Amino acid sequence: MENGRTKVIAAIVENKPGVLHSIANMFRRRGFNIESITVGHTEQKGLARMTITVNGDDKTLEQIIKQMHKLIDVVKVSSLEPENIVTRELALVKVNVPDTKTRSDIINCVEVFRGRVVDVSSETLTIEITGTPDKIDAFLNLMKTYGIMELARTGITALSRGPKSIRIDE
Amino acid sequence: MTKMSGAKALLESLERQNVDVIFGILGGATLPIYDLLCNSKIRHILCRHEQGAAHAADGYARASGKAGVCMATSGPGATNLVTGITNAYMDSSPVIALTGQVPTTGANTSYMIGRDAFQEADIIGITTPITKHNFQLREAAEIPKIVKTAFYIATTGRPGPVLIDVPKNVQTEVAQIEFSDGIEIRGYKPTSNPHPLQIRKAAEMLAEAEKPVILAGGGVITSNASQELLQLAELLMAPVATTFMGKGSLPEIHPLSLGSIGMHGNPVANKLLCEADVLLAVGTRFSDRSTGNLDSFCAPAKKIHIDIDAAEIGKNVDVNIPIVADAKKALKALHARLAKQLKKQKKSAWMKRVKEAKKQLNPPSKGKSKDLKPKALLQELRKLLPENAIVTTEVGQNQMWAALYFNALKPRTFISSGGLGTMGFGFPAAIGAKVACPHRPVVDIAGDGSFRMTEQELGTSVTEDIPVIVIVLNNSVLGMVAQWQRMFFKGRYTAVKLGSVPDFVKLAEAYGAQGLRVGSVAEFSKAVKKALKSNVTTVIDVPISSEEDVVPMVPPGCGLNQQVGEY
Repeated sequence: MENGRTKVIAAIVENKPGVLHSIANMFRRRGFNIESITVGHTEQKGLARMTITVNGDDKTLEQIIKQMHKLIDVVKVSSLEPENIVTRELALVKVNVPDTKTRSDIINCVEVFRGRVVDVSSETLTIEITGTPDKIDAFLNLMKTYGIMELARTGITALSRGPKSIRIDE
Repeated sequence: MTKMSGAKALLESLERQNVDVIFGILGGATLPIYDLLCNSKIRHILCRHEQGAAHAADGYARASGKAGVCMATSGPGATNLVTGITNAYMDSSPVIALTGQVPTTGANTSYMIGRDAFQEADIIGITTPITKHNFQLREAAEIPKIVKTAFYIATTGRPGPVLIDVPKNVQTEVAQIEFSDGIEIRGYKPTSNPHPLQIRKAAEMLAEAEKPVILAGGGVITSNASQELLQLAELLMAPVATTFMGKGSLPEIHPLSLGSIGMHGNPVANKLLCEADVLLAVGTRFSDRSTGNLDSFCAPAKKIHIDIDAAEIGKNVDVNIPIVADAKKALKALHARLAKQLKKQKKSAWMKRVKEAKKQLNPPSKGKSKDLKPKALLQELRKLLPENAIVTTEVGQNQMWAALYFNALKPRTFISSGGLGTMGFGFPAAIGAKVACPHRPVVDIAGDGSFRMTEQELGTSVTEDIPVIVIVLNNSVLGMVAQWQRMFFKGRYTAVKLGSVPDFVKLAEAYGAQGLRVGSVAEFSKAVKKALKSNVTTVIDVPISSEEDVVPMVPPGCGLNQQVGEY
């Protein structure tokens, strides 16, 4: 892992009130910066999975993981090796459409990027696009030329490739 | 299963944890608990401010090794605990804080949590960064499990404070309560056994060391590992320096003891640490006040770091061999390994150097000064107290003089606010320590500035019959900051002069305590003897010069080898 690159941390946490607060609080208090965070239920009852991306060197990453591990409601935490994971992010983007020519141009782009048009109005198109953050960045760069009216990105979620997992044994 | 109220379940759960005392102040949101407390086996000590209650619980915990318990009502009661909880967190002290809370629900929904009810404070949010963990109870049935879990978390691994917030309706709710034995916390499995491979590597490094130094931190005291520390030190013939928090882990009069390191450490400890070729650090987090400038900290030494908290390893100081383990178990394992390996004790050159450094840097005091000097007073105090006496300190110059000149001879007999540096800690902590060890003398080495911050606990100590001794090194200024203004701000004194009020003798008498004032070391000695015989709290006012500095000192930003001033 190189220094100063974005790193991905996956954590299995108790799914109860206050857990997100205690994690976010620890990051703030120790001066670590969260780039993105996604949280959702897991297939195991009472547990949620967090995917956190951070920017920092290896030493910082090690401290973050150790400090997260100390939190009682964090059941398991691990950094994911960037070359060995599948990451996805979802973006919804609302684009300005002044005329029919532009509309078909945009729809062509969406097809190339394997996105979907999820809402249409006389002046706008709303597009759903999923992929790695790089792919989404590339698509958004294209859309900038048409005028992005509104954008919502989820931040990445990630899993290790192959049989490796951070699942909790029950 | 038995039917009972939440308040009853709470008290019974505490009794099952062998809680014998709670320090606290009641209020509207804890009335149902207090209503049952009078019939409980648990002694309640009514403090005069919640900060005092939290420090007393902390002092109790440090003196006894058991969890200390404090309790406050919702809102301001709870927020008044905050300094005490933070103090316990910084010094890894097992304190259980119980707080009342406004109801979660009720007939009148305007009293629900989150609606800014009267005396509502978000104490869970407030204490998240200053507790090892906290809980807000939602129903009475979960009380036994949560209390048990709270005590388990507070007292195991690296200890720390745990807060339980108890909404009023949970206290009054009647439910079927079951006291179960087992608890399961899937996110908390503290490591305690050292990894054998790491022990082997560390033993090899220590066996080859020519100039080993052991640095013992507060973790040695927490894990009751003094015996193991001594055995390993004697086997290796390695001198032992302590951190401020580790003071007392080895008797400071032992030939292998170097005293404590740090900004106001013993020059012998600071000097020899810089000369070591292998440093074995045990149960320390390498705080900035201990290490001085990190770039020059123990630069030539290879470092072994034993700590039960993995996050402390590599946080401040990079180490060669990390060992995540309980101090006692790791020291024992190292000793077992090395006992086989080391045939005979060597390193006589290093021991010669230790002796020489002590002779040079800790010279015996020259003659007797007529003025009341902290050094002479504290050395005299040591002679007057039995070795199992407990000493607490306030924070500031008094504390650093005590670190330098008062030899701690046993673990858990030197209790001070190391991490947070909380003025006002010493006196209530002394009360807590006295409750834990009623048959041993307890002395608070105080400064006048610090003592003023919690002096109202004189009321607690007198009415609850907890006699302690407070020695006020009274310079009528906030001495430590005055010293820094003298040293680093060209002597421009700003906001440090306290004046000579109150009269501490009269203050003590106003509370029904004994007040004594002394003008010489001989009088001091007489006063301490009188206080030791007294069954009421004694305040000894010792006027000292307001210009007195704490030296030697490592100036801020400098390395331990750049200490200035004579011991």
